[in-house]
Amino acid sequence: MKRFAPAAIALSFICGLLFAAALVLSGMTQPAKVMGFLNFWGMTQGTFPGRWDPTLAFVMGGAVAVTLVAFAWIGRAFAKPWLTDAFSQPLRKHVDAKLVVGAALFGVGWGLAGYCPGPALASIMSGGADVWLFAVAMLVGMLATRYAMRY
Amino acid sequence: MRRSRHGAGLFLLGLVLGGAVFARWLGVPAMAMRSPLLLVGAGLLVGVGTVLGSGCTSGHGVCGLGRRSVRSLVAVLTFMGTGAATVFVTQHVLA
Repeated sequence: MKRFAPAAIALSFICGLLFAAALVLSGMTQPAKVMGFLNFWGMTQGTFPGRWDPTLAFVMGGAVAVTLVAFAWIGRAFAKPWLTDAFSQPLRKHVDAKLVVGAALFGVGWGLAGYCPGPALASIMSGGADVWLFAVAMLVGMLATRYAMRY
Repeated sequence: MRRSRHGAGLFLLGLVLGGAVFARWLGVPAMAMRSPLLLVGAGLLVGVGTVLGSGCTSGHGVCGLGRRSVRSLVAVLTFMGTGAATVFVTQHVLA
């Protein structure tokens, strides 16, 4: 029986809070802003950047700048995490049809509604019925796919 | 396994509660109600796509790119591409 680690649980909660703060502050919980970012064609309308809203590129760019450095450093500096037994790393390395088809469907849904899973959950208590409809459908889609992929 | 499940659950709780608190504190512009059919369809696509493609903007985008994963790079380019194509069709072709 493994020891219950209250510090790991508490830290997970704090990380959730921090992630939520970043998503709200950066505008990722505003569908109109997300769709404005995906509106690359808007670059051709008016003076550059036209009707394209490039600001969210700095959100993912800023986050990846942190993870690129941090993941490389942590991998070298620590053999195992402080609060759990091992780093969890995805094992699959090859690009397959499931990855590409899944990402393609994800993108269509993201472009239609302007929500992806993190921001949808972060705005579930502030975004009204729209977010509930989206989030419940999303969870149904997730569970159904997991169930279907078991065979 | 059990412990990481607790961790994931508490992360999600922090995300939901934090989202509510920070939205109230910082203010998020309200958006006009949209078609329920569109929202449900989009939610299903995002849910199916996230599981089938093993990740989303956070998993493939923030974490996967940070790990220099080729799979994640392919996923990010794919969903940015189909996302942009969808916005092009809904906002420029159909609108």
